[in-house]
Amino acid sequence: MDKTGEGGIVITKLDDLLNWARLTSLFPMGFGLACCAIEMMGAYASGYDLDRFGIIPRASPRQSDVMIVAGTVTFKMADRVRRLYEQMPEPRYVISMGSCSNCGGPYWEHGYHVVKGVDRIIPVDVYVPGCPPRPEALIGGFLKLQEIIRKETIREPRAVQQIMASRAQQLNQPVADADKAIEEPASHS
Amino acid sequence: MTFAELRDFIVARFGADIIVSEKADNLQPYLVLQTERLPDVCLELHDNPQTYFDFLSCLTGIDNGSASGTMEVVYHLYSIPYDHHLMLKVQVPRNIEGESIPSVPTVSHIWLTADWQEREVFDLLGIYFTNHPDMRRILCAADWEGHPLRKDYQLQDYYHGIKVPYDNHNENSGFRGEPVQLTTHNQPFTDKRQKPE
Repeated sequence: MDKTGEGGIVITKLDDLLNWARLTSLFPMGFGLACCAIEMMGAYASGYDLDRFGIIPRASPRQSDVMIVAGTVTFKMADRVRRLYEQMPEPRYVISMGSCSNCGGPYWEHGYHVVKGVDRIIPVDVYVPGCPPRPEALIGGFLKLQEIIRKETIREPRAVQQIMASRAQQLNQPVADADKAIEEPASHS
Repeated sequence: MTFAELRDFIVARFGADIIVSEKADNLQPYLVLQTERLPDVCLELHDNPQTYFDFLSCLTGIDNGSASGTMEVVYHLYSIPYDHHLMLKVQVPRNIEGESIPSVPTVSHIWLTADWQEREVFDLLGIYFTNHPDMRRILCAADWEGHPLRKDYQLQDYYHGIKVPYDNHNENSGFRGEPVQLTTHNQPFTDKRQKPE
């Protein structure tokens, strides 16, 4: 800052500062379900090095900002996934990684034991396609999530928007932002 | 020991009526035994120094469907020192709606590996193993309804408030669809590999 001769003062919007802090230190929960988790570990490791995006896995949902659902979500695991999501503090984000957690993947028709998409349990921000997705695809998912966070504002937090949208839906009234807001799954209410 | 020798071995000790039926010309010849006396035969085959079947390679449950009205449990035995095999089967009547599920005596006290395999058969096919030390589901959730590998299995609609079947997935998850725009028209496949009409 001294090099520019501008006196060490940076003027920014509080929104931008908060968003910048959030999107450059996305701490995912150390949590993997199936073979997608192997690719996720590959993305964490030195080859792809998610650390350079400020993405460091945390051991507890209480310290995490983002949950990467990496793998097949079975009905036996569904309750646990939902509980882990509920233990995360706001603002929280979900990346659904791979076909299984996007839509059930190869188990979509005859897999009696697989939840056909993790969005039946928890709201998903970014879907990463692939079976399994390569680490580059997961990094792409994180960049998409950073774009989402960059547009946030504290005057209209997403959580409030979601509540407004779901209330408006219950009352069957159209709301300006209803299309943008992520719908709460029916299981939450 | 060959299959015929093993058959004679069993008949000599337990009588001819223990074998319900047999199929000797199969790729894997097998004996169908009386269900309630299966553990006695298995214990003898395991303990006797002539046979010494120390390894239960596989334990399988089969649902033959509601038309035949039977279910089977198949035991693949193997003796590591003698390198001989034997396949045993038991057949039980298949229960219909409202009846209690069929039961087969356990062999988990003879081969410990049968413990979890019998639990799997119970979980997926609904065959109860009597005298099993820990007869509960192993793969599906504890409060799952039905036995998924039965021929007439029907998915439950909801599990803990989560919709189970895939149908109307996009509508239920709020996905409104994207416009599909094809850049080219679909050309019929003109490769030589195309099947003649």
